[in-house]
Amino acid sequence: MGIAEMIETIVKIGFIIGLTIGFFAPMLAWVERKQSAVMQDRIGANRADFFGFTVIGLLHSLADAIKLIFKEDFIPRGAERALHTLAPVIAVIPSLIAFAVIPFGGKYTLWGHEVNLVIADLDVGVLYVFAISSLATYGVVIAGWASNNNWSLLGGLRASAQMFSYEVAMGLTVIGLIMFYQSLSMVDIVAKQDNFFHWGIIWHWPAFVLFLACAVAENKRVPFDAPEAEAELVAGYFTEYSGMKFVMFWTAEFIEMVTIAGLCVALFFGGHHVPFITDAELAGGFSFLGPNVSNLVAMLIGVGVFIFKLVALLILQMTIRWTMPRFRYDQIMKLGWKMILPLSLTWIFIVGVGILTGVMPSP
Amino acid sequence: MGVKGEDAEATAALSDSVIITQLDKIVSWGRKYSFFLYPFITACCGMEFMSVAGPRYDIDRFGAALPRFSPRQADLMMVVGTISHKQAPILVKVYNQMTEPKWVYAYGACTVSGGMYDNYATVQGIDTLIPVDIYVPGCPPRPEMVLDGLIKLQEKVVRERHVKETKGVSPVGEADDRIVT
Repeated sequence: MGIAEMIETIVKIGFIIGLTIGFFAPMLAWVERKQSAVMQDRIGANRADFFGFTVIGLLHSLADAIKLIFKEDFIPRGAERALHTLAPVIAVIPSLIAFAVIPFGGKYTLWGHEVNLVIADLDVGVLYVFAISSLATYGVVIAGWASNNNWSLLGGLRASAQMFSYEVAMGLTVIGLIMFYQSLSMVDIVAKQDNFFHWGIIWHWPAFVLFLACAVAENKRVPFDAPEAEAELVAGYFTEYSGMKFVMFWTAEFIEMVTIAGLCVALFFGGHHVPFITDAELAGGFSFLGPNVSNLVAMLIGVGVFIFKLVALLILQMTIRWTMPRFRYDQIMKLGWKMILPLSLTWIFIVGVGILTGVMPSP
Repeated sequence: MGVKGEDAEATAALSDSVIITQLDKIVSWGRKYSFFLYPFITACCGMEFMSVAGPRYDIDRFGAALPRFSPRQADLMMVVGTISHKQAPILVKVYNQMTEPKWVYAYGACTVSGGMYDNYATVQGIDTLIPVDIYVPGCPPRPEMVLDGLIKLQEKVVRERHVKETKGVSPVGEADDRIVT
């Protein structure tokens, strides 16, 4: 790997970490609060001020962070101290590294150097995502077990059963898409959505609905938050966590939301593509600026479009979270095994027939 | 607090490169606007608490919206409603389980003094069991009073200093089984 590629990779990793941990995690904490307030006809947090400026309640996220850093760090007696401390880290890391294969732009040639806006252009990107997302289960189960608390353990067990069940269904919902695009590489899948009529959502909208349901269940947010059900399990697997360790589980949840939105954008919503305009046409439109600057402008527009779609899907997830009541635990299992799994298998069959008969023209 | 002699020289010399502030101020600013509530609700005041938390009075405006049902994550224990002697050990246990810093809000006449239940079954004020930071009487207190109490508690939090912060376990009952790291 040359120096230029090394710098490029470091810049891309920095961008993704800045986007997820630096920007979206605190912003989503604020959006969750403010959106719930708006949806419930409340005003919501607006008192935290800095020299009299309240910035529509944004400073409350900062106040929460300051308070939580200075909160007592607690480990219960009889807990497995090392694992208790390690579990939040294990929960955060997989949600972050799954982003490595999600392309947030296309390939651009800038001053003789080809820039591919994805951290790792893997041939098996989709498989990588599923492999990593199943690792996230460990953080939760270890947190539940290491806390030496019955409710934590029950929460951890529920979370593991739920995540494993929905992983199966989630993997199957994407099979149809893989057959359609004939590739497991996320970069290829995005590249083939150059034409608006080849977007995943046009041909595979039933798969999108199933995929989003499974993804929300994987993320353990309402309506699938049985692992942390307050009414039954106090706070579920993070009952015995205080301060920043407890917030790391939340951060993991928020970063997972961003990763889910990124996956949906890449698989179903054409990645960085603007509808009806190909990358070449976009760069061509700025050709008066010279080849390099026009490519740079096209790249920035592509990243901007990607982030725009990301935000739209995040707002969709937030709206689901504040609209739905919680499922009962047996209902979650029934939904996963008896409804989503057979439906996704049926969808694979339909896509197969569609591709064979030529009704679904594979790009 | 004035700065004299060498300190003044040092302050003048460092003023270009170092920002001097008080950690206490920042920390108490954060704590003030970020109470995670533990709703310990036993009786009829709970209805009024729902009103405070709901859209009409909206306690979230002050940053105190998020109820955490695990005492490890809570900062402010809202004791809402009559505490009987049978309930008292549970109250003490939950208080002991809360992590520092922690505050207690006595909500309603029963928690303040036992209220109208002047009998053998009721605790005559929760301050006989645990330290209380703010008393809001009323049967039940109006939501405006509750919000006023919260603002007064915020003012109190701003005045607190680090050295005095730990409240420890309740003076009555058994100490909670815990390791503090």
